[in-house]
Amino acid sequence: MEVREILLGDEAVALGALHAGISGAFGYPGTPSTEMFEYVEPLAAEYGIHARWSANEKVAYEEALGMSFAGKRAIVSMKHVGLNVAADAFVNSGVTGVNGGLVLMVADDPGMHSSQNEQDSRFYAKFAAVPCYEPKNQQECYDMVREAFDVSERLRLPIVLRMVTRLAHSRADVVIGDRRPQNGLNPPTDKQQFTLLPTNARRNWAALVARQGEIIGESEASRFNRLELEGRDRKIGIIANGVACNYVREAFGGEVPHAMLSISRYPLPLGLIRKLIEACESIYVFEEGYPLIEEAIAGINGIGKPLHGRSDGTVPATGELTPAIAMDVFGIGRTGGIKSTLGHVPGRPPKLCQGCSHADSYTLIKEVLKDYPVKRTFSDIGCYTLGFYEPFDGVHSCVDMGASVSMAKGASHGGLFPVVATIGDSTFMHSGMTGLVGAARDNANMTLCILDNSSVAMTGTQETMATGDALYNVVRGLGVPEEHIKIINPLRNKMEQNAAILKAEVEYRGLSVIILRRICVQAARKARG
Amino acid sequence: MKYDVILAGVGGQGILTIAYLLDNAAINRGLRFKQAEVHGMAQRGGAVYSHMRISDREIVSDIIPEGRADMVLSVEPLEIHRYLYMLSPEGVVVSNIAPVINIPDYPDQGVVLDALYNLPRPVALDAGAIATEAGVPKAENMAMAGAATAYMPFDLSDYEPIIRKLFERKGPEMVVANMKVLENGYRVGKFTRALLEAGLPGAVACRAVAMCRPDSLDVVHAPRVVELLRGQKVGEVLSKAREGLITLDDLIVELA
Repeated sequence: MEVREILLGDEAVALGALHAGISGAFGYPGTPSTEMFEYVEPLAAEYGIHARWSANEKVAYEEALGMSFAGKRAIVSMKHVGLNVAADAFVNSGVTGVNGGLVLMVADDPGMHSSQNEQDSRFYAKFAAVPCYEPKNQQECYDMVREAFDVSERLRLPIVLRMVTRLAHSRADVVIGDRRPQNGLNPPTDKQQFTLLPTNARRNWAALVARQGEIIGESEASRFNRLELEGRDRKIGIIANGVACNYVREAFGGEVPHAMLSISRYPLPLGLIRKLIEACESIYVFEEGYPLIEEAIAGINGIGKPLHGRSDGTVPATGELTPAIAMDVFGIGRTGGIKSTLGHVPGRPPKLCQGCSHADSYTLIKEVLKDYPVKRTFSDIGCYTLGFYEPFDGVHSCVDMGASVSMAKGASHGGLFPVVATIGDSTFMHSGMTGLVGAARDNANMTLCILDNSSVAMTGTQETMATGDALYNVVRGLGVPEEHIKIINPLRNKMEQNAAILKAEVEYRGLSVIILRRICVQAARKARG
Repeated sequence: MKYDVILAGVGGQGILTIAYLLDNAAINRGLRFKQAEVHGMAQRGGAVYSHMRISDREIVSDIIPEGRADMVLSVEPLEIHRYLYMLSPEGVVVSNIAPVINIPDYPDQGVVLDALYNLPRPVALDAGAIATEAGVPKAENMAMAGAATAYMPFDLSDYEPIIRKLFERKGPEMVVANMKVLENGYRVGKFTRALLEAGLPGAVACRAVAMCRPDSLDVVHAPRVVELLRGQKVGEVLSKAREGLITLDDLIVELA
């Protein structure tokens, strides 16, 4: 009998990977990718596999690559900007190739629901010259990841599975297949493949480039790239990718009257694209993400017939696509929608929770900085970025994981004073440590506040790498002098004494680290059950 | 058959549990569904929503096209207005009347409620009161799901196995209490629907229903109430100040 399960897109990837016989799952939390790992984690014992969060995405990717080296299958997950962190390992893994199957699930966030940018991971797959899958629905999430592991072992390459928020965080029922056993231990017999000395790397890279024709051929033949010409109107030819294909179909009420090429496997199926262009009078590219397909088609001289997409403004240049946008692009009238008699509906941005330690930390920092004419605070990625809003007004930068520390250091060298930075415990362990080593060596004139709430809070209170004493020991070990490491609990009734401590360290002409230690209220609630 | 719903509320109000209930009800009935939701930062007390699509055929898009939603359901009365652009001209709104005021510029509460009542097809309920009455004050979301069921391709018996799965480990009385909340929400939804379909203005229908104990709302009496509400003393009866709720029978007596 057919077995169906209700799964988020992320969870369908996870179950597909489990059924494909992975021996390990690796990752760092990041919306909208987190649920892939979270689905696997509690099943790790049952499946006899390794699953524990890594310190950051680069570490996670390398751990997965190491498991592949051993001959086993591994999945690694991260959000799109996490792939920037893992890019060194990822791009080079195209040159090493893999041994056991390796699939990277990277979740993009078009529209920036919960991110700093809307970069498109398909470019990374192209950059590393490795295949990429892009599921349209939850069933494909499950099916593609299984196929991707087989392809990974056949081509001996890592495979990218590109997710987007709308699929990662959407549920549907999925038909489940059989469970494949794990691979046996089978490390590589040659020592060149994974050793990227220039002499090996040049050979591997040339071989990878030489195989692109074969890899493109697989895209042409893939059941996930579909060209529909027969019986279709050819005045307009449509090219869409991943979930954007759904929006086009939805816009036309299920049946698209025009010629259409749906792309869900890369590198681009050049032959199929040529066929569509030759057959049609004009081409519309409806692409979720950056105009990767559109630019590849346009080149410099264009295609000799009208080409429309994000580049010419036919499709909005930025942001997430929707069925409504597809209707507008293809001139399908839309009605409906009711006007609110309220007129303006005030926004309701997210907030720090009742009792959140970050709220008290920002109140403390604001109190101490009130005496200084220039108040600039560097912050980082996490719930505490919400300190940007009133009444805290305590964030003047948030760029990337760990940037608070290094930007503060740079600004201090530029003469800014006082320099205060805030970073959470998990973000610190992810990428703050490396910045702090330099700050300690130079004794940079800055005060780093580590908001230690024992949790990766924003993504759902995942386990953190080091908290409490372990975190203190890390800070000390990085070279920060003990007399300038202060641990406080940012309680409101200790405001006066805490302010005196913080003020003294801000005034100290050198590096100080204040650890503001109090558990996240959500994590505490979860721990209580 | 297709039914598209925007589920809305404020982070922490349990709209994902409503979605869970509807997802499972759909699959148990052999229907298809897709349900897109928001995770991450927005869950911290911000505006949250979910696109819930149910159909007897393949559903292509995870998100509902603008202006095509059959219902906007909100556990908070201001949040309704954020998604009205999604509603089809024939669509209904189902809203809790209790505000969550965690922003400085929250509009006047009376204005928010009037705006709700003046929508084309409003169902309003005091979800917190229904939940509290059953001894599970946090189950506002279940009252909302119950009210929505008056329009959806489900009935209450679809929910029982799912509610059991959700709450059984907390004790059998929790299953009974949550089913009670669903039922009373359903009574409000069903009765309001009957009044609206008989042509009563939303404000009249919602205010009349709001006067009554939800467990006394029996839809067989709806025609009588409609007849009476078309009469003379409507404004007088509906605006009379009262302590607490009355039964539907008492309302009928008063109106008559």
